[in-house]
Amino acid sequence: MTTDLGMPSTGLPRGTAGVPRLPDDAARQTKREFTSDQEVRWCPGCGDYAILAAVQGFLPELGLRRENIVFVSGIGCSSRFPYYLDTYGMHSIHGRAPAIATGLATSRPDLSVWVVTGDGDALSIGGNHLIHALRRNVNLKILLFNNQIYGLTKGQYSPTSELGKVTKSTPMGSVDHPFNPVSLALGAEASFVARTMDSDRKHLTEILRAAAEHRGTALVEIYQNCPIFNDGAFDVIKDRTEQEARIVHLADGHPVQVGPEAARQVLVRAAGGSLEFVPEAEAQGREVVVHDAAAHDPTQAFALSRLDSPQMTHVPMGIFRNVDRPTYDDLVRAQVEAAIDTAGGRAGDADLDALIRGRDTWTVA
Amino acid sequence: MSSKSVQQLDRVVIRFAGDSGDGMQLTGDRFTSETAALGNDLSTLPNFPAEIRAPQGTLPGVSSFQLHFADHDVLTPGDAPDVLVAMNPAALKANLRDLPRGATIIANTDEFSKRNLAKVGYTENPLEDGTLDSWHVHSVALTSITVEALAKFDSLSRKDKERAKNMFALGLLSWMYHRPTTGTEAFLATKFGARPDILAANLAALKAGLNYGETTEDFAVSYEIAPATMPAGTYRNITGNVALAFGLVTAAHRAGIPLVLGSYPITPASDILHTLSGLKRYGVTTLQAEDEIAGIGAALGASFGGAIGVTTTSGPGVALKSETIGLAVSLELPLIIVDVQRGGPSTGLPTKTEQSDLLQAMFGRNGESPVPIVAPQSPADCFDAGLEALRIATTYRTPVFLLSDGYLANGSEPWAIPSVADLPDLTVEFATEPNATDDKGGAVFHPYLRDEATLARPWAVPGTAGLEHRIGGIEKANITGNISYDPDNHDLMTRLRAAKVERIADTIGPLEVDDPSGEASVLVLGWGSTYGPIAAAVRSVRNSGGTVARAHLRHLNPFPANTGDVLRRYDRVLVPEMNMGQLALLLRARYLVDVHSFTQVRGLPFTTVELADAIMSLARGADDDSISPVATHRGLA
Repeated sequence: MTTDLGMPSTGLPRGTAGVPRLPDDAARQTKREFTSDQEVRWCPGCGDYAILAAVQGFLPELGLRRENIVFVSGIGCSSRFPYYLDTYGMHSIHGRAPAIATGLATSRPDLSVWVVTGDGDALSIGGNHLIHALRRNVNLKILLFNNQIYGLTKGQYSPTSELGKVTKSTPMGSVDHPFNPVSLALGAEASFVARTMDSDRKHLTEILRAAAEHRGTALVEIYQNCPIFNDGAFDVIKDRTEQEARIVHLADGHPVQVGPEAARQVLVRAAGGSLEFVPEAEAQGREVVVHDAAAHDPTQAFALSRLDSPQMTHVPMGIFRNVDRPTYDDLVRAQVEAAIDTAGGRAGDADLDALIRGRDTWTVA
Repeated sequence: MSSKSVQQLDRVVIRFAGDSGDGMQLTGDRFTSETAALGNDLSTLPNFPAEIRAPQGTLPGVSSFQLHFADHDVLTPGDAPDVLVAMNPAALKANLRDLPRGATIIANTDEFSKRNLAKVGYTENPLEDGTLDSWHVHSVALTSITVEALAKFDSLSRKDKERAKNMFALGLLSWMYHRPTTGTEAFLATKFGARPDILAANLAALKAGLNYGETTEDFAVSYEIAPATMPAGTYRNITGNVALAFGLVTAAHRAGIPLVLGSYPITPASDILHTLSGLKRYGVTTLQAEDEIAGIGAALGASFGGAIGVTTTSGPGVALKSETIGLAVSLELPLIIVDVQRGGPSTGLPTKTEQSDLLQAMFGRNGESPVPIVAPQSPADCFDAGLEALRIATTYRTPVFLLSDGYLANGSEPWAIPSVADLPDLTVEFATEPNATDDKGGAVFHPYLRDEATLARPWAVPGTAGLEHRIGGIEKANITGNISYDPDNHDLMTRLRAAKVERIADTIGPLEVDDPSGEASVLVLGWGSTYGPIAAAVRSVRNSGGTVARAHLRHLNPFPANTGDVLRRYDRVLVPEMNMGQLALLLRARYLVDVHSFTQVRGLPFTTVELADAIMSLARGADDDSISPVATHRGLA
């Protein structure tokens, strides 16, 4: 049986509504205020440093009160993240951060809740919680640091490692087919999915800003280099000349294209519904794909995510999908508030007395 | 008025038994409500299979509901029925061995067909071949009489009419025991309000049952059971699961904090989720999570945010939640884990009761990971246990186990309803200010600076300016809460966490002993739902001239401070448990007292008779072997 939830389809809060902001005339917050006094203990050269610097640098501009920001993490190198931010934080257990953050976000509309996780934490041990957070659309920002390796346990293959990868636990090469995190998230009904890279501070910051403004679960995959166990995994798209030919910058309202002007390729729709790049000159008369992150139907976003290949011939970067959908936590709270309103206000002692008495009572004198 | 004779009885045990689809639980519930309304004391034992609709007419499909009611206080659902209502041959066969000779059987002859008899292995009809000569049998064509009584309801199919036979049975039993049916009529009106024809048919069937008792010569006698003398107050009947849900809501209300339940459906705990999900109006938030782990994760996240996080489950779910419970121990945040125990290991006996998760609650985590444990002793007591669990969780900033079980969950008893305003004040204090200064004299917050009395750390929730801090499952430095791998610090923190749980003993009462003569040499010590059976057995021993002392543990961790003294005061201590001796193991280890374990894991509560025998044999100084775990098994005794 389904029932009308009695919820307004419009009028639900948007963006970071509900989270207290600093007064407009307050002094600007600084990166330093968001930096804790703890020594950062990642390996030298780890991509996590760049991401931490970007987050510490970008949080002040949100204008949210620092005490109303919470970072929850799981287990893994990236999950040490909360210790280095002077906000509220919880370093929890392997894979469970989305579940813990769901309880926190649902019970506290005044918090901006962030989850920091890795490819092992989010996609292997915690895969179940990730997909359910995405389908529910809990108001969480999930930063998935993808280095395609298990770092903290010293170098085993992860669920995003490429087929055939030789690691400590796969001396003859991995026979596990990897997940594509963006495809997985889109398949799990995600309302916001984006990809960025540790080394591109500007792009990373832009994506974080969009994620912060999205009301609902925002999944941000961040390609991150592990210099110890998987060094150079993303070198081919970090190389200045190579990246121009490979990175597909997703820009809303623009044709999807890749490559330097001289050798530009344009994305067109192929028979059977898949997408393919063709030289610009051959795009005449073909259906050129124009990016629309807000499209209700996720089919095109999914097809974009399938442009990935282990060789990284083409790597889409940016926001794949960004649609409005009521969030789980807003709906849960709306039901509670509706029940309270219908009953005429919050319960007092007398209401509790009536509840526990029920209807069938008898009295002994 | 009836011209038939009326006998006075002091107590009756009735068992309604039928197919899972026959509505026996509903019939039992209604008869219980009628009985409660009359003022009898009572105790109930629903017993049903895990399958929703097992094949019709088979032994695995039998569902039963037993009710014990009396003109005095009732402690158990009763060892053996005085009356068995058997809706089919399977119900007769499955329950006959529990039925003492001379008891009454009301059998639905319509279902005693060749085919149904064969399904359960009867070659002859036991109603006709003399098998039941030692019992008092009423053969009643319940189904066909019901259908006949509903002849005028043209809009109903024969199947619909047959379905009302449980109301006919209820009517007949209501006549036999002078129960009022007005409550049932009102109940039916609510249940079938949208289907006037079904409502009218059920009412007609109920009435037909009453009339049948009144007019047929087969039933010559009816019975009256005077109301019990109970303390003054307003009462209701309540099951353990509902009492527990109400206890948690009321506790959160008295604490002034929101209740957030993160749960995953599991028998026999799901009714707590169902009940709480209907109580949003009281500020309750419920999340049905994707799995057991997410259920407790959401609860812990809510606790971090200043709510009381609760998760409800049974043993298999606890196994999945263990890592998160360990995290809660490390974070030192309040959390309530309700374990409605059922038969194990693994899936075990989902609908049957057991007390075999005590050691799981006590030790089922990695590392030194102490968790307080509270156990209710009766269905209504689940309410108070909910309040106590919240008190300990919030006062000591710790996860707390609440160990209910399948018998308490589904069993019911009258409950003297308390006034909410008279319940303990459980107000919670959150940290609002920095609690230390750094070496430059600046105000700082130390999340692991403990209260001297309770050793609890401050509960500083996100949104509180100036108290921003990070906590986690990695070992933390004492006071500052920063990551620490220092050997001495880990040793200190481990001992502090243990000492904090031990400190709870300062705020729980002593273990009280019921020893009226003061001359007993045998003490019976129980915990949880064995309270009723133990109290009834002790009463029975005393009535037959024996002396025995009795005590019951509500707190399993820590134990009350005087527990060791109590144990050493008696020559012999008997510990009955529905497990293989888990409390006995803890007592022996902790107090070096050679307690005698009396155990069974049959998925059912102890009977008064078997417990009384065990007490008597220990009092006579019987050899230990007679009550060893193996020897108490019926097949090996």
